[in-house]
Amino acid sequence: MTELFQERIREAVASRTPLRLRGSGSKDFYGNAPRGEILDTRGYAGIVSYDPTELVVTARCGTPLVELETALAENYQFLPFEPPHFGAGATIGGCVAAGLSGPGRAAAGAARDFVLGTKLVDGRGRVLQFGGTVMKNVAGYDVSRLLAGSLGTLGLIAEASLKVLPRPPSERTLRLEAGEGEALATMNRWAGQPLPVSASVWHEGRLFVRLSGAEPAVHAAAHRLGGEAGPSSLWNEVKEQTHPFFAGVEPLWRVSLPSTAAPLQLPGRQLVEWGGALRWLKSAASAAAVREAAAAAGGHATLFRAADKSAGAFTPLDPVNARLHKSLKTAFDPAGILNPGRLYADF
Amino acid sequence: MGSRLSVVNALRGFLPARAILHEEEDTRPYECDGLTAYRQLPMVVALPETEAQVRKILQTCHAMGVPVVPRGAGTGLSGGALPPGDGVLLSMAKFMRAVRVDPLARVAVVQPGVRNAAISELAAPHGLYYAPDPSSQIACTIGGNVAENSGGVHCLKYGLTLHNVLGLRGFTIEGEPIALGGEALDAPGYDLLALAIGSEGMLVVVTEVTVKLLPKPQSARVIMASFADVEKAGDAVAKIIAAGIIPAGLEMMDKPATRAVEEFVGAGYDLEAAAILLCESDGTSEEVEDEIARMKAVLEGAGATRMTVSRDEAERLRFWSGRKAAFPAMGRISPDYYCMDGTIPRKRLGEVLNFIAALEKKYGLRCQNVFHAGDGNLHPLILFDANNPDELDRTERFAAEVLEKCVAVGGTITGEHGVGVEKINQMCVQFRPDELELFHALKRAFDPAGLLNPGKAVPTLARCAEFGRMHVHGGKLPHADLPRF
Repeated sequence: MTELFQERIREAVASRTPLRLRGSGSKDFYGNAPRGEILDTRGYAGIVSYDPTELVVTARCGTPLVELETALAENYQFLPFEPPHFGAGATIGGCVAAGLSGPGRAAAGAARDFVLGTKLVDGRGRVLQFGGTVMKNVAGYDVSRLLAGSLGTLGLIAEASLKVLPRPPSERTLRLEAGEGEALATMNRWAGQPLPVSASVWHEGRLFVRLSGAEPAVHAAAHRLGGEAGPSSLWNEVKEQTHPFFAGVEPLWRVSLPSTAAPLQLPGRQLVEWGGALRWLKSAASAAAVREAAAAAGGHATLFRAADKSAGAFTPLDPVNARLHKSLKTAFDPAGILNPGRLYADF
Repeated sequence: MGSRLSVVNALRGFLPARAILHEEEDTRPYECDGLTAYRQLPMVVALPETEAQVRKILQTCHAMGVPVVPRGAGTGLSGGALPPGDGVLLSMAKFMRAVRVDPLARVAVVQPGVRNAAISELAAPHGLYYAPDPSSQIACTIGGNVAENSGGVHCLKYGLTLHNVLGLRGFTIEGEPIALGGEALDAPGYDLLALAIGSEGMLVVVTEVTVKLLPKPQSARVIMASFADVEKAGDAVAKIIAAGIIPAGLEMMDKPATRAVEEFVGAGYDLEAAAILLCESDGTSEEVEDEIARMKAVLEGAGATRMTVSRDEAERLRFWSGRKAAFPAMGRISPDYYCMDGTIPRKRLGEVLNFIAALEKKYGLRCQNVFHAGDGNLHPLILFDANNPDELDRTERFAAEVLEKCVAVGGTITGEHGVGVEKINQMCVQFRPDELELFHALKRAFDPAGLLNPGKAVPTLARCAEFGRMHVHGGKLPHADLPRF
């Protein structure tokens, strides 16, 4: 099957045809508008290996994320970065290529932190393997982690090996009343203490905190932090953006900031995750205004969902970074045929 | 390429005399890093004190076509900071300033010459610490940790340098300022931060590092468990993980290793056991009590012959002291030792240890095993005498066979020490020519002229062809498709 990918990419190089690498299309909305002939990755599917005591799973790109997560759950394990699916058919290839992380990110790490190895078909149709299935591996440049979030612009991620962890035996959601400034201060203070806080959401005067871990630790922390019991369904609603906050036609911005940054002074509604490090913003403010505010606060802003992405989905790069990006793109995909423009318009 | 005189003269234009070393008596201390088997006198050593000076050095060397090799504390074990005979060794030793510690945001911004352990010392008054703890942590610097993606004994739970560094500032080889990552949890575009960490100083020169600080666990206790054979100890590790436990630390030492360190530090190890495991739990006191009880039950079921749980902090540190002193302890019982760093899937441990035991007989050399059991990272230590050239040769062949075995069982030639110059031939075993070619292309994207730490970490295809010619496996030539020189 990787031979089919290789062949298709070589033909595309020969005919200078842009290819749009795609699983189920659950993240078609993400990044800049996809273009090119669709190369469907779903035919190459299935878990290649999974040995729970090694804490690693290797799966082909077309493997549905649901199938992978079910296999892990049967062994009381999970992907701690809690990737959003954004659709029933989400695949593991798309998960790594998008590099998005869910509620557990601040406490457990990002998608890239859990990528241990990849099999890649590059822009010349070569099958290349980087990293592996072991936790510690510093042989060669860390290409696998570079691929996380590269949106298919460096190659087709044919297989990925991900680190997995045991699911926490106990989980509890707390609800507290707090304004945004107070909530930010509280979340940062708690993150600096040995507490089993695994996720947080602030929205409209309410702070929700998820505690995960051994039952005695969760129990003791819940007692200490106070508040009332909150709905455990919240975390999935926020992760999959089915929470009412995400409804409505205004553009959705994903603003990534230092967790201690002051509340953003921008028009619109906000929902704060990751202990303050991720601010979702539903706002009609101009791209320039949002990006300026994000930069001033030490972060960046992604136009996550919007009818009009003419301002570019991602914050423009500084000249040195932009040059390195283009050089890297050329190293992996000299003909520039893989998902052109999906990350940045000029490559 | 510049002569020594022309390079020294160019550097004198903007560096004070004390920041340029070029007489042999001054450059001699820089001839090697922690891998002393490889030595090379640098043409010039530069010791800049400011970012502006670093930039100027890079611009100057780039314009003159002179190679530059960055160096931290020189504790690296793979020769990553082996100096260039025809270039400038860029010592970052003067970059020792802690720029700031922000306890609420849980970050520290430090210069690359700050020692690993010093970061935790800075953070301690705030109840915070920096998690990665390579055994050289009292001497090694954060800049070197970034270059090598250093680990330590707590990686399984707390990650490597990669997972604990938020941002880097520095320069490209052309002297252009570059910032990767920052205090936010991600940055737009490709994850160049992940690429730079562990790149062995070959992509960028780092002048400032932002690290994540973690709350110091309220409590930590360690179980020392004895096993009558090494494979049983390995199985016990898998059983702990199967029970849903991620210990803060999970280390194994075999009998020769425990005996060597016991004489050195008196850690209180069971000297009759074929192998001991150190299993640490940390967290809130409730968590630790719960986890220690669960781990004890698993270890007992896995056939532990003896178990001792640390009663207090002093005893916990004493149990760890032996593990952390494993390398210096070898220095007492053997003139030299050679430390390997392969990683394997844990389930292949018994097989690999038996393989190593057979190699001890084959090469007539002793080998002791310390093992980051939780993450599969093996540190076999071959004892030898470097004054006996035949022993050094046998040691190198012994080590090469072990590393190739690690690759054969699905692991890697280096878990945390880096490739450097030491394991460059084994890169030809782990990677195919197309992959090596991509590494070179990636390097050219950052450093088109190939001036930053040239010749390290990634072998040329010609070198692999040459190595393959000398090195026939089971009658099959690796890289059979390559032209032979």
